[in-house]
Amino acid sequence: MMHKLLIVMCLLFIAGAGYVSAEEIPDSLKPALPSDITIYPDSGGNVAVIYWFPSADDGAGKNIVTGYALYRSPSPKGSFEVIDTVPPGPNRYIDFLPIDTTVVDSGAPFSPAPVTEVTLADKDNDHGHAVIVKWKTSADDIAGSPSNRVLAYNVFRAESQSGPYLMRGQSASGDTQYDDVGSKEREARDYMPDYTDYYYIIRTKTIEYHPGHKDYFYIVRSITDNPDNYRETSPLQFDGTIYTDSQVYGPVQCFGQWFNSGLIPVLIFVICFTAITVFMIFRARRGAELFVRRLAGIEAVDEAIGRATEMGKPILYVLGLGTAAEIATIASFTILGRVAKKVAEYQTGLIVPCYDPIVMTVAQETVKASYMDAGRPDSYDENMVYFVTQSQFAYVAAVNGVMLRELPATNIYMGKFFAESLILAETGALAGSIQIAGTDEIAQIPFFVVACDYTLIGEELYAASAYLGREPVLLGSLKAQDYAKAAVMIIAIVGFITINLNWDWFVNLFRVAN
Amino acid sequence: MNIFDRLMSIDRRWVFLFLALVCVVIYASDISVKITVTDEVRKIYNFTDNLKPGDVIFVAIDYDPNSLAELHPMTYSIVEHAWRKNLKIIFTSLSQNGPGMADLAIRQISDSLAVPQEYNGVQYPARTIVNGEDYVFLGYKPYPALVIVGMGQNFRIPFPTDYYGTPLDEHPMMRGIQNYDQVKCVIDISGTSGVDMWIAYGQTRYNFPLALGLTGVMAADYYPYLNSGQVFGIMGGMLGAAQYELLADNPGRAYDAMRVQLFAHMVIILFIVMGNVGFLMTRKRSKL
Amino acid sequence: MKRQLPLSLVFIFGVFMIIQYFVPHESSEWIFEFLLDWIYIIGIFALALGIWSLIRVSWDKIKYRKDNWQYSLVTLLGLFAMIVFGFDYLRNFQTAEGLQNFMFVHFFDYIMIPIQATMFSLLAFFIASAAYRAFRARSILASLLLIAALIVMLRFNPYFGPISPYLEKTASWLLNVPNLAAKRAIVIGVGLGIVATALKVILGIERAYLGKD
Repeated sequence: MMHKLLIVMCLLFIAGAGYVSAEEIPDSLKPALPSDITIYPDSGGNVAVIYWFPSADDGAGKNIVTGYALYRSPSPKGSFEVIDTVPPGPNRYIDFLPIDTTVVDSGAPFSPAPVTEVTLADKDNDHGHAVIVKWKTSADDIAGSPSNRVLAYNVFRAESQSGPYLMRGQSASGDTQYDDVGSKEREARDYMPDYTDYYYIIRTKTIEYHPGHKDYFYIVRSITDNPDNYRETSPLQFDGTIYTDSQVYGPVQCFGQWFNSGLIPVLIFVICFTAITVFMIFRARRGAELFVRRLAGIEAVDEAIGRATEMGKPILYVLGLGTAAEIATIASFTILGRVAKKVAEYQTGLIVPCYDPIVMTVAQETVKASYMDAGRPDSYDENMVYFVTQSQFAYVAAVNGVMLRELPATNIYMGKFFAESLILAETGALAGSIQIAGTDEIAQIPFFVVACDYTLIGEELYAASAYLGREPVLLGSLKAQDYAKAAVMIIAIVGFITINLNWDWFVNLFRVAN
Repeated sequence: MNIFDRLMSIDRRWVFLFLALVCVVIYASDISVKITVTDEVRKIYNFTDNLKPGDVIFVAIDYDPNSLAELHPMTYSIVEHAWRKNLKIIFTSLSQNGPGMADLAIRQISDSLAVPQEYNGVQYPARTIVNGEDYVFLGYKPYPALVIVGMGQNFRIPFPTDYYGTPLDEHPMMRGIQNYDQVKCVIDISGTSGVDMWIAYGQTRYNFPLALGLTGVMAADYYPYLNSGQVFGIMGGMLGAAQYELLADNPGRAYDAMRVQLFAHMVIILFIVMGNVGFLMTRKRSKL
Repeated sequence: MKRQLPLSLVFIFGVFMIIQYFVPHESSEWIFEFLLDWIYIIGIFALALGIWSLIRVSWDKIKYRKDNWQYSLVTLLGLFAMIVFGFDYLRNFQTAEGLQNFMFVHFFDYIMIPIQATMFSLLAFFIASAAYRAFRARSILASLLLIAALIVMLRFNPYFGPISPYLEKTASWLLNVPNLAAKRAIVIGVGLGIVATALKVILGIERAYLGKD
């Protein structure tokens, strides 16, 4: 008896395990869904056209899709019945809808007027692959009115006049334009090649139904050899309302432009500014005297380095949290070079903890070059300039630790700083260091002003390289900046006056479009 | 050293201690404060509230754990509001520790939506948030400027798969969604300079509606963009988050923390006044 | 040659990127995207250099028992622990499961997040001590700064009764008019500075990043 019971239990266990293993197919083994599924009515609403691109596992990927099963239901939560199974590959399936012919027509059904005056044009100032479709709204479209019976406009496109037309998108009632933007990637679903003829139909949709017509919901299922292994979409709605198609418009071709005319004001500014810069550099090279006002922060650097030497303490130089591509960091490299040269001459210690690895490599080169310029290549130690971490507050914690352990005499903060600026400056004040800061981050300037002894504000940081070296070429570019600033001020004042006089043309001269 | 000299030179450790005590006591108490909603936050709320079910928005979670206190409540209130309204969300994260923040937020908000709730008089049923249908999380890629520009062409260029390794084309909600043109707005919640990238490389180039959620320190910097129309709304710091929570009728951590912030400000003002009294009296004494 | 080559590359690519901004055509975009891909590659190599630098400096301190070498040991242990847990390659390489490694998630949730939040919260205390030290009525300008700071801090304070709405309006005006005007001025200056410095780098005038002259 026990023997038989044991056999029955084993059989039940195996059946259960088999049942479990049949039900639970891991998600990673299931086939991918078909993509870009579009459903729209045709033939006066008597058929639903279902169009999709093949699943990623159809002829590629796991290559397990053997076809697609289509299910339909009159409600999204209702019972879905299979209507057909189609083979793999791209598909355009036409489903003849079950129309209820017992419903009696109570009167002439509303059929909206089609759109008119459709114009098609290539989208300007872009890389191509886009067409602008404009139209005059349907005569029955009273946009904004509660009695408006026009719901939306669907835009269909084909590459030949006879079709097949595929739906590209939808615009709301009242809209008169649709931007048909495709992809430039050949492999993309939405690839829209340039220099190809395109034809368009605009469909006006209403909120009403022909007698016997209604909405349906579809599920598309990717199927495999194993009937339990499939993946299906959530219910997709088919809109069965009445519509009217416009005539066919076209052909139109799209193509990319070689110049973005919306950026002309920017181009003019770039040319003018470059011209001023080159002119001022030439003037400086010819020996013209160029006045640059005193920058207290930069003048204090020498004094601060002297203080560090006397105290026998190192100098801490922080390049900030920017990358090597940031202008503030590039300006900081120049100042670091000057500081490192002085430090090498006075034989003071230098500590440069870095946030970004690329900044670290450039800083190492800069410091090394400065030591060689000062004639002390043997004093250069690679460990002076080191990478810490690319995490903001972890970096701050590390630098704070250095400040409190090494007690540097001078802290120099030059570059891009963010929320950590006050933590650095206050800890430096706690350690009793002289602090010189410079940043172009406007939000951090108040914190540095409050906590540091000297602060370079905004563009003073960029001017530092010219100020330190006093080279004519650098001074010339600095003067060019000043003249450009003066020009901006004059234009701003003129703009202010013209706007108040309602002369928009002046401000529109500077308008930039994408 | 007389009292005025002492007032002028209080050891910073006393300042820290007193501030910490006040914060703890207020947090433990039941005091509540009135919050006024500003226009710039209301615009973000109204924009999201007026979107239709099925509309897609883009939320960039660009902050690290250090800004959790200020920015996480913002993320929480916006995302919950959006999901209540059946909007679909594309998440990304352009800061290194951002994916962890985003993952945490998605999990927590999904759990909170699993119970029915009433907000602003409207009853919202419980719902299950499904990856691929209600949201897609793109993940993290370095060099934000490049990623933002790449997404302007197609989301699939920097992110061929989502954070979990699934190709984007396999997500039902990504059908027909190529780039910023198909999303209704971009909301960048950031405590880093990534905001500048979104404005310079994203909004200026691709002209999408952009709203910002920023730390309190950064918020004031970005009002010029609000005035010029490049950004349509700004939530600044804990106060911005509390205002959004109030509008969404969903008071949370930010609303709770506002009273602590208020009293902390009063403590700072007290010390400033004390320092100035000491300074002025000492100066008067030395003139005499 | 050692300097001419990088300077030429900077000039060619700098000018190309300027021109590319004005050319929307597909071919210009293709080159732009190609160059962007290279930046990722360079960044990854630079990261490897950075990690090597950190390991070398820390190991140096541990090996020679320099001052506070214990901190360097903690640094290296943390670095390698997160790498090992993050990869989790023995079980689930490059999958979602790998990202959910128990130790990795717990290290992040219970160590990284609290530590970073703690560092940020230091700001609250430092602002208090910095404000106490700096906001003194030493001169007329300093007094104006002090009054403006007090008004902005008190703007949302409901305990000031009838003057609260006036405080709020004044604070709004201060933030949206003089503060914004000054910020815009600095932004314009910084913008011009950025353009000028970028031009200097492209034209080879600014060469500090190259090292020895």
